[in-house]
Amino acid sequence: MSTTPNTDARSSREKAPAGERVADWADGRLGIYSLAKANMRKIFPDHWSFMLGEVCMYSFIIIILTGVYLTLFFHPSMNEVEYHGSYIPLQGQLMSEAFNSTMHISFDVRGGLLIRQIHHWAALIFVAAMMIHMMRVFFTGAFRKPREVNWLFGWLLLVLSLFTGFTGYSLPDDLLSGTGVRFIEGVLLSVPIVGTYLSFFIFGGEFPGGDFVARFYSVHILLLPGIMLGLMVAHLILVFYHKHTQFAGPGKTNNNVVGMPLLPVYMAKAGGFFFLVFGVIAVIAAIASINPIWAMGPYRPDQVSTGAQPDWYMGFAEGLVRVMPGWEINLWGHTLVLGVFIPIVVFPLVLVAIAVYPFIESWVTGDKNEHHILDRPRNTPTRTGFGVAWLAAYFVMLIGGGNDLWATHFHLSINAITWFVRIGFFVIPVLAFIATKRICLGLQRRDKDKVLHGRESGIIKRLPHGEFIEVHEPLSQEALHTLTAHHQYEPAMIGATVDENGVERKVSGAEKLRAKLSKSYYGEDSQIPKPTAEEYKEITSGHGHH
Amino acid sequence: MSSQDIPEENLPAVQAASHAEHEHGAVGVADEKNPFADPGLPPHEHRVQDIDERAAKRSERAVALMFTLSMVATVAFIVSYVVIPKDKAIFVFPIGHLSALNFALGLSLGLALFLIGAGAVHWARTLMSDEELVDERHAISAPPEVKAKVLADFKQGAKESAIGRRKLVRNTMFGALALFPLSGVMLLRDLGPLPGTKLRHTLWSKGKLLVNMNTNEPLRPSDIAVGSLTFVKPEGLEEDDHEFQTEIAKSAVMIVRIQPDEIKDKQELDWSYQGIVAYSKICTHVGCPISLYEQQTHHVLCPCHQSTFDLSDGARVIFGPAGHPLPQLRIGVNDQGYLEALGDFSEPVGPAFWERG
Repeated sequence: MSTTPNTDARSSREKAPAGERVADWADGRLGIYSLAKANMRKIFPDHWSFMLGEVCMYSFIIIILTGVYLTLFFHPSMNEVEYHGSYIPLQGQLMSEAFNSTMHISFDVRGGLLIRQIHHWAALIFVAAMMIHMMRVFFTGAFRKPREVNWLFGWLLLVLSLFTGFTGYSLPDDLLSGTGVRFIEGVLLSVPIVGTYLSFFIFGGEFPGGDFVARFYSVHILLLPGIMLGLMVAHLILVFYHKHTQFAGPGKTNNNVVGMPLLPVYMAKAGGFFFLVFGVIAVIAAIASINPIWAMGPYRPDQVSTGAQPDWYMGFAEGLVRVMPGWEINLWGHTLVLGVFIPIVVFPLVLVAIAVYPFIESWVTGDKNEHHILDRPRNTPTRTGFGVAWLAAYFVMLIGGGNDLWATHFHLSINAITWFVRIGFFVIPVLAFIATKRICLGLQRRDKDKVLHGRESGIIKRLPHGEFIEVHEPLSQEALHTLTAHHQYEPAMIGATVDENGVERKVSGAEKLRAKLSKSYYGEDSQIPKPTAEEYKEITSGHGHH
Repeated sequence: MSSQDIPEENLPAVQAASHAEHEHGAVGVADEKNPFADPGLPPHEHRVQDIDERAAKRSERAVALMFTLSMVATVAFIVSYVVIPKDKAIFVFPIGHLSALNFALGLSLGLALFLIGAGAVHWARTLMSDEELVDERHAISAPPEVKAKVLADFKQGAKESAIGRRKLVRNTMFGALALFPLSGVMLLRDLGPLPGTKLRHTLWSKGKLLVNMNTNEPLRPSDIAVGSLTFVKPEGLEEDDHEFQTEIAKSAVMIVRIQPDEIKDKQELDWSYQGIVAYSKICTHVGCPISLYEQQTHHVLCPCHQSTFDLSDGARVIFGPAGHPLPQLRIGVNDQGYLEALGDFSEPVGPAFWERG
């Protein structure tokens, strides 16, 4: 069909180019013009850290694309078959169909290994990117009103991804993943009262039985990714609806967004970034082997290899399980398996602590305003300290999760590492908190110094009487504004305890706690007062050399 | 802008001057009282591509080159797919031996994708307008009149439904809605059988021979050297049995030989045969098979979570997260001189559970 206008005799509608006519058709049915009006030239601010969420989204899409391909060849069955594929060392071995078909994908489907490796690498990158994206959101305070719900959506995506990852790497039914599934059986058995029932219902009887691969399969490819896809769409809708946060800077206020439009800049940048992420993961999958199931062999409950490690994101839970003392309490004919059950309760609690943090902070500040300007981490030392303390606990437990590897690689005693982790789990986060807070305060002082005295220019000047001074260059108005744009809260006080009639009211415990927390957040030990205009004037109008 | 030379009015100095005339998106003005006020958006700084058409042309060529190379990489992918045999291995320094097909496909696919992305990003960064624009935000929450309208509508709807007035309808509806999910819960019942006493029993029973896992032959005491570690399964359990995996998950046993005078635990000595002791191979922590044996100390170590048991002292836990010793299998020798079990394990093997007691 020609798109050039033909004759003037035609009606104006027919003269429109083909693209416009398609758009008209769609608008008449979907209302796309109104949608495009609001979004086509939507402004997104630019900062490298805003790209982290994109890495999550793109790796998720890559996982779905490659995952669909893998389902075309994978047989989620635990029937035992003999291997006759092209990998010679395993020929004649008994294995489940799941393992057999994964071997088939890896050795007999051209490009199958590549897609498998892209799938697994993308999964690791997905979880890592989500954690880093969450750190960005946490440390800059982007979770504050109105974005608390989106924080929860993101948190749920992280938690669900842990389960999706786990059910996924269990599917090949190889020796390593089978060992991981048995670990889950032990964990389920440790649950008081209902543990054995949980285990029997999940495995369809005794471990391993013949059901779990098929069950994990439907959970891994349908149930969890379906929920996650919905959550991701909701997450994005909210990002669009709230509009993106931005860092303070000249011309940037809590009431505007400064940046580039979706069409064309972010269409190209974000769309191009998908290909960059995909390309990098494809190259990683080309050169770095991941989960070489042929080296581990099919699962046998009576066999194991050394150095058994889960995927990295389970390392925290693994560490908790490894360093926990083996407490078992036997009472009235029942066993309370605290040695396994406590770690498995602590793990979700540590995650829940992140989920509820925005609500705790908004309770402490009592601030009901919308926040669209991001905090610099240094300007919120207590929050930043909490975040770093959490990460410190996480990394201590990662060491615990790999205590055997640490011991063998660094020639250390595994007992010593275990004790280090046991003590470190409680001590190191506290030290990290204190150190982080001090560093933040130091940086705040430095900012204040820069505002009041300017930038060190590196130029040494000799005065007529022989004194040497360094020339400080005053900051530009833009820089002055950026360094002082943050809001500083006053610590909340417990209100009057005696009312106008002289009747003493009871101060609730919650109120006391809030005042205490508020003091630790915004008290004089927790923030350096911003330089005031008066201070600035006094210094700059005076003697010039400071 | 088709001229080869940069037009005068495009030069940065001229641009800045013109910006100074009409201030660009200013939000606050600095004054004596408030030196930190927002000075507004800084003037847009031109990139070299904005003022020099030759630079813009270079960018255009760079972007087009990347897109073209991407096409070449896709062709390379197709050629590799067709040409390279599945089982060809190559050595790539410093990575090592790789599947040639995987390497070629991954690299060409990666390049094809990466170059599309790099081209698009370079296009955006050098040729698309980089002028910052400002969007106003609107409050997330609705204005009061909208809220009032919604609440009024809701009240009207609730009133018209009579849900508040006809309490019988409301309460029975809640009842019905609360009960029907129970059907779904019921349907989960057949996910698995009830545990019963299944976790307490294994295939071992009185008279079952100890069969070497590797040779599939029954063992005589003379086959077990001091310091050796042997994995055994109960007689009659074969690898191609339908229930093999589930049975071996409980019945796997390791036997070691210790000088009888080195055995510290009295019951262990009673249940052994000439210093040959048989223990469950399944760790009492979370069920990994234990496989590392230190013959000098008689310690066995679970490689999963490093629980360590002393096989010369009733398999006592000496390190790690396990909560109780490994169960011992009582063994003896039958008429033909083969090692046999004298019964099942006296306690459940593997991880502890609520009903274990």
